[in-house]
Amino acid sequence: MSHAKYSVINTHVHNIDGVAKVTGRATYTFDVKLPGMLYGKILRSPHPHAKIINIDTTRAMELPGVKIVVTGKDTLGIKQGIWRRYEELCDEQVLPLEKVRYIGEPVAAVAAVTEEIAEAALDLIDVEWEVLPAVYEPLEAIKKEAPTIHEGVERNVNVTRHIEWGDVDEAFEDADYIREDWFKCSGQAHMCMETRAAVSSFTPEGKLTVWASTQSAYYTQGLLAGVLGLREGDVRVLAPYVGGGFGGKFELDAAMFCSAVMSMKLFKPVKVVFTREEDFIASKRRTPMFYYVRTGIKKDGTFCARESRMFSNGGAYTGMGATALYLSGFFHSFPYKWRGYRYDGYRVYTNTLPSTSMRGFGAPQAMFCSEQQIDWICADLGLDPFEVRRKNGHTEGYEVPGQAFIASCGLEQCINEIEKWVKSKGKLPANRGIGISSCGFMSGGIFNWFDSPYSFSSAVVTINVDGTVELHVGCQDIGQGSNTTMAIIAAETLGVKVEDIRVHSGDTAHCPADLGAWGSRQTLMAGNAVKMACEDAKKQLLEFAYAEMGINIVYDLDIKDRWVHIVARPERGLPYGELVKKALRAKDGQRIMGRGYYTPHRKGMISPAYSYMMQAVDAEVDPETGKIKIHEVMTAHDCGQPINQLGLIGQLEGAASMALGYAYLEDMPFEDGKMMNPNLVDYKVIKAPEMPEAGIIEIDTYEPEGPYGAKEAGEGLTNPTAAALGNAIYNAMGIQMKELPITPERVLKALREKKEVQK
Amino acid sequence: MEKQVLRFKVNGDEYEVFIHPKTLLAEVIRDHLGFTGTKRGCETVSCGACTVNINGFSVKSCSVLAIQCQDMEVTTVEGLEKNGKLSPIQRAFLDNGSYQCGFCTPGMLMSATAFISEAKNPTKEQMKESIEGNVCRCTGYNSIVRAIEAVTQGKYKEE
Repeated sequence: MSHAKYSVINTHVHNIDGVAKVTGRATYTFDVKLPGMLYGKILRSPHPHAKIINIDTTRAMELPGVKIVVTGKDTLGIKQGIWRRYEELCDEQVLPLEKVRYIGEPVAAVAAVTEEIAEAALDLIDVEWEVLPAVYEPLEAIKKEAPTIHEGVERNVNVTRHIEWGDVDEAFEDADYIREDWFKCSGQAHMCMETRAAVSSFTPEGKLTVWASTQSAYYTQGLLAGVLGLREGDVRVLAPYVGGGFGGKFELDAAMFCSAVMSMKLFKPVKVVFTREEDFIASKRRTPMFYYVRTGIKKDGTFCARESRMFSNGGAYTGMGATALYLSGFFHSFPYKWRGYRYDGYRVYTNTLPSTSMRGFGAPQAMFCSEQQIDWICADLGLDPFEVRRKNGHTEGYEVPGQAFIASCGLEQCINEIEKWVKSKGKLPANRGIGISSCGFMSGGIFNWFDSPYSFSSAVVTINVDGTVELHVGCQDIGQGSNTTMAIIAAETLGVKVEDIRVHSGDTAHCPADLGAWGSRQTLMAGNAVKMACEDAKKQLLEFAYAEMGINIVYDLDIKDRWVHIVARPERGLPYGELVKKALRAKDGQRIMGRGYYTPHRKGMISPAYSYMMQAVDAEVDPETGKIKIHEVMTAHDCGQPINQLGLIGQLEGAASMALGYAYLEDMPFEDGKMMNPNLVDYKVIKAPEMPEAGIIEIDTYEPEGPYGAKEAGEGLTNPTAAALGNAIYNAMGIQMKELPITPERVLKALREKKEVQK
Repeated sequence: MEKQVLRFKVNGDEYEVFIHPKTLLAEVIRDHLGFTGTKRGCETVSCGACTVNINGFSVKSCSVLAIQCQDMEVTTVEGLEKNGKLSPIQRAFLDNGSYQCGFCTPGMLMSATAFISEAKNPTKEQMKESIEGNVCRCTGYNSIVRAIEAVTQGKYKEE
């Protein structure tokens, strides 16, 4: 596809929120301050599993400055969950009535005139507990004798998911070689720079306004209305600038809920901001997973069958974990063609911090297992890992049986490019290796467990008399740059400049409903809605232009760079601004308005489109200390037509840093249900000195379902990295890393074991 | 402890605040003076979101008692721009897309500003070290380093 035809798409466009962000003007929920605002704090459970016998708030209420103390008894006691369609998966009372199920679970909340007083009041709340036996690991919790975490849930199995196609057993019989492995994938904290925060303001006319750090203003509105007994329309959610999300901010959290409950009782604004420690111990994490993987292959490298069983540590509640369970199993098959594929996933409740979606949505775990095992099989059989991946990889037009249709796929080019790059590196010094890993990812989910009656994405565009454009979208900018991406799509479609567009988002009162920022959905889904809205508005303008210009109706008209013209004779036309003024007059003064929406239909079970990529990681191991140094990361990436050039580079580099952190630094050790490192001193994220160069090779494809051919970018690239690092270490040292993160201790242990075997 | 009067300059203007001596500089900047560009992301002096410049040195404002800044000059992110003209590092951030959610950006800019004013032909390693105390969860840092590099190479002039 030629890119030259676009005047705005994939050009160097500054982020439209850039000036606000580099000058400190951007205000986040964290910065919101209202007249008469009170400050809330949350009392949290010190026990992993305990009955609440009694909560006495008397002493806390007596502290001067304290305005209210609430417990579960002050709420409607509704069990909520983001899988709204399925009652049994709505299992979480944000302030529980009967018992707590993890350390850090909210128990009571205080609002006071200052944060210090609210904090002091927490110590004055007397809770009488009956401590219950607890269980922390899924393979323990699933045993018959394990304590029951949710009444009526047998063996603590929260959700199961079976995915199967082809005759798996027959396909295994055809295999010349079968390999099986167990893997243990860790959790990860989203670690958004802005911790969970909300300001709620309930007023006497019965309306609630909530500023929230959320990935979906619409979900927050729906969930809050549900637990508070309000009509959705009486809850207005504002998500101003959001300090990161990464999959952790679209469920109802305790900051939103507790601030709203207290504001409704006091008729005053209440602000709740999590401390970093609260954010670590009590906002859901990436799902830890145990994977059993069995793969059958022919001598020539043709894949026959794969069978996997996965047990995930669900923690205390469902959240988005049910979706992660499905997507992990689906992407575990990616990006290859299997004659037979079978996945059985079990999400198991434990008395630990609940787990949920996080960037990659279960796929980074799945790829860590799959992509390493493929390299080990290649080594076992003496096959070339590039060739095997090429031979079995998805291609354009392939149908994942009963699941997905692949309309665009640049996987083979990705593999070719990375193969060239790896070969260009030549022979590496001792203890250093390059590992590869390929994968694909979705461009938005098709599922509607939230039971939204609205289109998945909607947009409204209004053209003012001076030609400036108001674009109202429900999609949420959480830093990934979606406002800029939408402005680019609008400017391209209308034929104007990015600076002509003002994007309005993050306000349920003024923006159309949209499922929000998760599952890499916005560029494709909201992008399509914006394109449709702008085409609608443009059509109205061009209808008037036909009449105004008095031209033959067989001519096509278009607008580009604010010039309305005949396509075949671009010099014949009139300025866009002039046309808008005249068109408004012709419409009796009505502004030009266009509407657009997108809901996927007939696109399989998972997603309308899939991105593809291959990544190589160049890493070195110190055999004395086990320490890893990452030298370089290179990715070949197919996201269809790139829309937002700067945004794309930023997303891909950012994904590499987060995925490297997951691969070798970020660990969440728990002892007896207690997280041992809930602070930024002991929880190690990548910092600037560790970050390697992370280059990108863009592969040119066109996705027919995406706006201007675009599909997913930025989330999927968290998937391949841990496996690529594992393969680099395997190539460098000959050790197989089956547990995440790949810490120096684990490397040393594997090196010792290798020595033992060689003896 | 008795409350005390703190007189100091913030972004070129004189301020006088009456504060408890235990009050952190970050609190005075944000809560007393309303310069909310300065962010806070941890309680352990680890994230760098609250970085400001005191007499030209970059300092995490959660690690300093406000009262220690008596008669000193503090610059926050709001002080980088002069009469609507952005500073070189601010413009370089825009051109390089060196921010995403923007929450770490004010702190990053302050660390980078202090580094750039001192650095002479810095290496890439030194540039990376200059923002070692600032956590960014979005960008992967490389675009920030590119912006610092562009400014130290003289590609952006004061306007």
